[in-house]
Amino acid sequence: MIPVAFDYVAPESVEDALAALAEAGDEGKVLAGGQSLLPVLRMRLNAPERVIDLSRIANLRGVCEDGDHIVVGAMTTHHEVAHDPLIRDHAAVLAEAASTVADPQIRHRGTLGGALAHADPAGDLGAPVLALDAELVVTGMGGERRVPATEFFTDLFETAVGDGELLTAIRIPKHTGWGGAYEKFVRVSHQWSIVGVAAVVKGSGGTVEQAKIGLTNMGSTPLRASAAEAALAGASGEAIAAAAAKAADGTTPPSDLNGASDYRAHLARVLTRRAVDRALGA
Amino acid sequence: MTRISVKVDGVRYSDDVEPRTLLVHYLRETLGKVGTVVGCDTSNCGACTVHVDGRSVKSCNMLAVQADGREVTTIEGIATDGGLHPMQQAFHECHALQCGYCTPGMIMQAIDLVGENPDASEEEIREGMEGNLCRCTGYQNIVRAVQQAAGVMAGQAASSSQAGE
Amino acid sequence: MTAVDDRPTTEVGTARVRKEDQRLITGRTKWTDNIQLPGMLHLAMVRSPFAHANIGAIDTTAAQDAEGVVAVFTGKDLADDQGVNINAWPITPDQLTPTHLPVAVERVACAGEIVAVVVARSAAAARDAAELVDVEWAELPAVLDLKEAAADAVLAHPDLGTNKSALWRLDSAEQGSGGDVDEAIAKARESGIVIEREYRQQRLIPAFMEPRSTVVDPTGEQLVVWSSTQVPHILRFALAATTGVPESKIRVIAPDVGGGFGGKLQTTPEEFATFAVARRLGKPCKYTETRSETMISCHHGRDQWQKLTLSAEKDGTVTGLKVELLADLGAYVAIVGGGVPVLGAWMFNSIYKFPAYQFNCQTVLTNKTWVDAYRGAGRPEATFAIERMMDELAAEVGADPIAIREKNWITHEEFPFTTVAGMTYDSGNYEAATAKALELFGYDELREEQRRRRESGDPVQLGIGVSTFTEMCGLAPSRVLGSLSYGAGGWESASIRMLATGTVEVVSGATPHGQGHETAWSQIVADRLGVPFENVEVLHGDTQVAPKGLDTYGSRSLVVGGEAIVRAADKVIEKARPIAAHLLEASVDDIEFESGRFTVKGTDQGMGLTDLALAAFTCHNFPEGVEPNLDADATYDPVAFSFPHGTHLCAMEVDTETGATTMRKYVCVDDIGTIINPLIVEGQVHGGLVQGIAQALWEEAVFDDQGTLVSGSFVDYTLPTSADTISFVTDHTSSPSTTNTLGTKGVGEAGTIASTPAVVNAVVDAIRHLGIDDIQMPCTPERVWRAIQSAGESSGGSVPEQAQEHFAAGGLNQDPGAGSPEPPTASTTAGENA
Repeated sequence: MIPVAFDYVAPESVEDALAALAEAGDEGKVLAGGQSLLPVLRMRLNAPERVIDLSRIANLRGVCEDGDHIVVGAMTTHHEVAHDPLIRDHAAVLAEAASTVADPQIRHRGTLGGALAHADPAGDLGAPVLALDAELVVTGMGGERRVPATEFFTDLFETAVGDGELLTAIRIPKHTGWGGAYEKFVRVSHQWSIVGVAAVVKGSGGTVEQAKIGLTNMGSTPLRASAAEAALAGASGEAIAAAAAKAADGTTPPSDLNGASDYRAHLARVLTRRAVDRALGA
Repeated sequence: MTRISVKVDGVRYSDDVEPRTLLVHYLRETLGKVGTVVGCDTSNCGACTVHVDGRSVKSCNMLAVQADGREVTTIEGIATDGGLHPMQQAFHECHALQCGYCTPGMIMQAIDLVGENPDASEEEIREGMEGNLCRCTGYQNIVRAVQQAAGVMAGQAASSSQAGE
Repeated sequence: MTAVDDRPTTEVGTARVRKEDQRLITGRTKWTDNIQLPGMLHLAMVRSPFAHANIGAIDTTAAQDAEGVVAVFTGKDLADDQGVNINAWPITPDQLTPTHLPVAVERVACAGEIVAVVVARSAAAARDAAELVDVEWAELPAVLDLKEAAADAVLAHPDLGTNKSALWRLDSAEQGSGGDVDEAIAKARESGIVIEREYRQQRLIPAFMEPRSTVVDPTGEQLVVWSSTQVPHILRFALAATTGVPESKIRVIAPDVGGGFGGKLQTTPEEFATFAVARRLGKPCKYTETRSETMISCHHGRDQWQKLTLSAEKDGTVTGLKVELLADLGAYVAIVGGGVPVLGAWMFNSIYKFPAYQFNCQTVLTNKTWVDAYRGAGRPEATFAIERMMDELAAEVGADPIAIREKNWITHEEFPFTTVAGMTYDSGNYEAATAKALELFGYDELREEQRRRRESGDPVQLGIGVSTFTEMCGLAPSRVLGSLSYGAGGWESASIRMLATGTVEVVSGATPHGQGHETAWSQIVADRLGVPFENVEVLHGDTQVAPKGLDTYGSRSLVVGGEAIVRAADKVIEKARPIAAHLLEASVDDIEFESGRFTVKGTDQGMGLTDLALAAFTCHNFPEGVEPNLDADATYDPVAFSFPHGTHLCAMEVDTETGATTMRKYVCVDDIGTIINPLIVEGQVHGGLVQGIAQALWEEAVFDDQGTLVSGSFVDYTLPTSADTISFVTDHTSSPSTTNTLGTKGVGEAGTIASTPAVVNAVVDAIRHLGIDDIQMPCTPERVWRAIQSAGESSGGSVPEQAQEHFAAGGLNQDPGAGSPEPPTASTTAGENA
C-alpha cells in the first residue's frame, strides 16, 4: 500500500532540522530510521503533510566517550549499537537488546533514537536504557536539555520530547564491569516482545551487590522493577528467585493476543530471575 | 516531486519521484526492476530485500528519496560475467525455492549474512534469515543453500585475495 | 552432440534440480503484478469495515472528482454483468447457499467485502480516491461464534432464516460398510472404554507469499485475464458461466504464481470485479491486493469444532468412532465450501480397522471471512482428531501410543482393504514405515530421557508425539464426484507435441504454483519417449495453450495429471509405430520401441522417435492413409484415489515455567509410492511439515467481537521463520500405488496432514503427568502455562481478542469521513524500531 502524499525535507544539520520542524508545526513528522514510521504511513494510520528525514545529519550518528559516560547519537542504527565496542564494554545489555530488535534488515536501518522516541512499550530498547540510568538529550531551538530515562517515557507512544524538539543523543553512564542480560520472550522470532527484561547487575561470587531491572511491555511505558531491585541487593541463590518474584509488583501489563496481563506478570518474574542469573554469571 | 540520483545494479539513474514513493515501487515501476517483489505492508516478510550501500534493507520500508545518492543492488544485479552468484547457484542446487516469490529477498539477505559472518553455524543462519518469510520450503533447504554458498564464497574470497597479492 | 555420460539410466527417481529455478533465482519472473500494458488502469477496492451491515447511499462524487480517477463503480453500477461467485459443491440437495456478489449491492455479510471499485491511472491515485468514497452504513447484528451461529439466535443472512447451511452424514451401518456405532458405544459404556473429546480446529489463513493480483485486457477480440490463481481453467468456466461472456471469448493465464496452498483455489470477487470494470471501460485494468487485504478477503481454512466419541475394548481394540462436526463456512459458501470438511468423512478412520463409524458434519454460516480449502482440506482436521484420540486411548489403556496403533491398524497383508467408511485402500505398509521412523528417531532413548526428566522434576519436560496417518489424494474419480454432486469432473488432460527439430512440448492441464511440474513432467516424458530431459518443454497455465484442465489442488497433479501425460506419450509412440514400419520397410508387428528408438525385431535397423517427428514435418515419404502428425492428447479420469501414508514422530521440550515449547526432533517416514524426483518430494515434505507444525503452535485467525480480524497482518498472524523451525529427518518406504501406471501417490499435503497431531501429541505428552490431556491449538506458551497452572482443568481458555498497536503513532487516518484524526505529533522522532 502507498502512503498519503507528503512533502519531504532532508536537512543536513540539527539546526536546519529544528527550523524545518518549526515550519511544519503540527503537520510535520520526523523520520529517523523509518522502520516503524513507514508501515504507519503505508497503512495510512498517519498522514503527515511533511516528513523531516534526519538521515543526512552526519553528527547524529555514532558512539563516543565523554568521561564516565558514553554518548550514542540518536541516528545510530541498531546494528551499530549491537556491534559497537564501547557499548559492548560499558553498556552490554543495550548491545544485546539491540541485537534482538526485529530482524537484520530492520536493524540496518532502524535507529536507537527513533526507537526510543517512537516509545512503543513493546520495543526492546526502552528497558535497557532505563536500567542503565541513561539520560536522553533533547534539543530544541533554545538548546539542549537532558532528560533522565525515568522521566522520558510518559505514556503509550509518548515521550518528554516537546513540540519543536528532537531527541539527538543518549548519554549512558559507563557500567564497566557490570553484568548485563536481556531476556526477551516471543512466540515467533520476528515478533514484538511479549515481555522483555533487561538486567544490569553488579556482583560477584553469586551474590548481587546492586541490580537494575528494566521491563519491556509491562505497561504503557518501559518500567523499572523497583521492588525487585530493592530485594535483589545483597541477594544470592534462592533469595534471587524470591526477589525476582517481585518483578511485576506495581505494574499493569497489557492484555492482548499474545498474552493476558497475569501471564505477562508471570513471565516478568521468570525472565527477571533468568536475566539476573545470567548477568551475574551464575 | 523530488529529484533523486541513484545507482541501481551498476547503472546510474536520475528521476523525479513523489516523496511518498517507496523504494520498492521506484525499482519496480520506474526502473522495471520487477525481480524485487512486495509481500506485505508491515515489513515482516522480507520479499523486497535489496542492498543499499552494501547492506540488506527492506525496500518496502524505505522511501525512494532516501536512496538519493546511494547504491542499490537487487536480485537482478548480483550475477556476474553471465554466471550466477554462488548464492543463486546454491539455491538452485539445494532446491531452496518452490514458488520462488520469497527467493529474491532470501538470496539478498543470505548474501548479506554470509558477508558479515562467513562461518555462520546453522543456528546463526536461521537467526540471520529471521526477517524473511517463506511459506513453501519449510526453510530447511534454504539453510542448506546458505551453508553451501558460504563455502563457495569463502573459497572465492580466498582465491581472489591471493590473485590480488 | 555433446557427451551425455552422466545421464541417469532413468529420469524417474533422479534428484533433478528444477528447470523452473533459473528465472526465479535471477528475478526474471512474470508475477501478475509485474504486467504493464499500454493505457492500463489501476483499481482500488472500497471494503466494508463492518461484519454485517446494510449498504445505504454511496457518495462517490469526491472520488470521481479526484485527480487521475477514471471511474468509480458501486455494486449497483455493476449489478447487471458482474457475475457471481460460485459454489461448485452443494453437499446436500437442500444446502442453503447465500448469493455471493463480487461487489455487494444491498448488504455486506463480513468485514472486507467490496462495496465500490475506484479506477484511476495509478494505484496510488486509486487508493487516495478510495478513501473519498462515503458509504452510509446501517450496522446489523453479526454472528461470529461458530457454536452461537449453530443456535440461530443471530442470523448471518436474515433472509435465509437459519445459519445452518447443510447437514452431511455417513453411517457405516446405513451404507453397509460397517456396524452400528451407537451400539458399539453403548456396549463400551458397559464393559469397555469410551473416550469423549471435543477439539477445536482453529481458523487459519493460507498466507501464500504472493498477494493476489489480476490483470484484465479487453483490447483484443478475446478478454485476456492474468491472475494469481491455482485454477485458471475453473476461473474461465466461472466467468463465462455467470457473466454471459462466451467461454470462447475468455482467455485466462496464470503466469508465475507465488504459492497457493488452496488459498488460490477460488474464483474471487476481486477477479470478477476487475473483469467487469475492464469490460465497462474497454481498457486494461489491474488490481493487486495489499497484504492486509489478503488476510481479510482471501478465504480462510479449517475452523471446526470436532466432537468425538471413540469406543474400545479394555485392551484398546477400537470398536467404533462417532464424529460430530460443526464447520464454519464464513459468510458465504465458497467454491468447495462445505465440501472441505466433508472430504474428512473418509479419513477419520484413518489407517485403522474400526468396525463401526459415523460422520456427521453441520456446516454453518457466520459473519466472518469465507472458508475453503487450505493445504490438506478436510483431511488434516480428520487426521488430527483421530491421532489425538489414539493417544488418549493409549493413555487410558496405559499402553504405548505406538502399540495402541499397531493393535488397530490394517496390516500390510490385508491390502487392498475396504475401510469402514467405504474407501478401498490399494496399498500400504504401516509396519514398515513405523519401524523405520522409530529407528531414525531413537524412540527408546528419547522415552528414557523423558522418564529421567520426569523423575528429576526438570523444569523442561520432554514429550513424544506420534502420528500415523493416511490421506486420500488425487482428486478425483469423476463418477465419485458426480455421486457427491460436485460441479465438475476429476479428470486431467495432457498433450504432447513432437516438434520437427527434435524437442518435445508437453501441455499439462495441471497448473503449478511452486510444485515443480516442469521438471517432474520432463522426467516422466524423457523416460517414456526416450528423449533428453533438457529437450522437453512443459507448457501450462494458459487456457489458450492448455485449453483443457482442472488445475492443481488436492495432491492431484502427479497422480492424475502425470498419468494423463504417460497416456499421451504412449499414444505418440503408437502413432509413430506404423510410420516407423513404413520408413524401415518392415511390418508393424516387427517394430519395437525402446529408449527413444524404433527398431526392427531381429535386425540392427532402426530410427529415433525424433527422426520420425522430422519425417512427419516434411511428410515426403509417408504411409498411405496415415496423418502426418505424431502429436497426441490424453485425458485421464482416475479410477480411484491414492492413499499415501506415513509415520511421524516428534519430540517437544516444554518449559514448564513459561509454557514455551521447543521442537527437539522430528522424523517422518512417508510412503508415497514411486518417487519421480526425490529433491522435489523432500521440499514438499519440508514445507508441508512447517505448515502443519504452524497450526499446532503458532497460527490462528482471531476476530474480535465486532467481527474485525485482529490477526490481520504478519505482525499478529504469526508465521514461523527459519529461526523458529528445525531441520527435519525425512525418509521413505515405498509400496507403489496400483491405481496408476507410475505407481505414484500424492505428496503435496502429506506433511501438513501428519504433523499437526504429532506436535500436539508431543506437547500434551510432555505434561500429561501433570494431569493434562489437551491443549487447544495453537498451543501457545500462555495456553500451555495455563494448562499447567490448572493441572488440566482448563484446556486452553480464551485469548484476548485484540492485537497490540505498534504502528499507531498519531491515530487513525484511514477514513477522513469517520471523524477527525489526531494530529500527528511533530515532536517525536518517530521512526524506528519495529
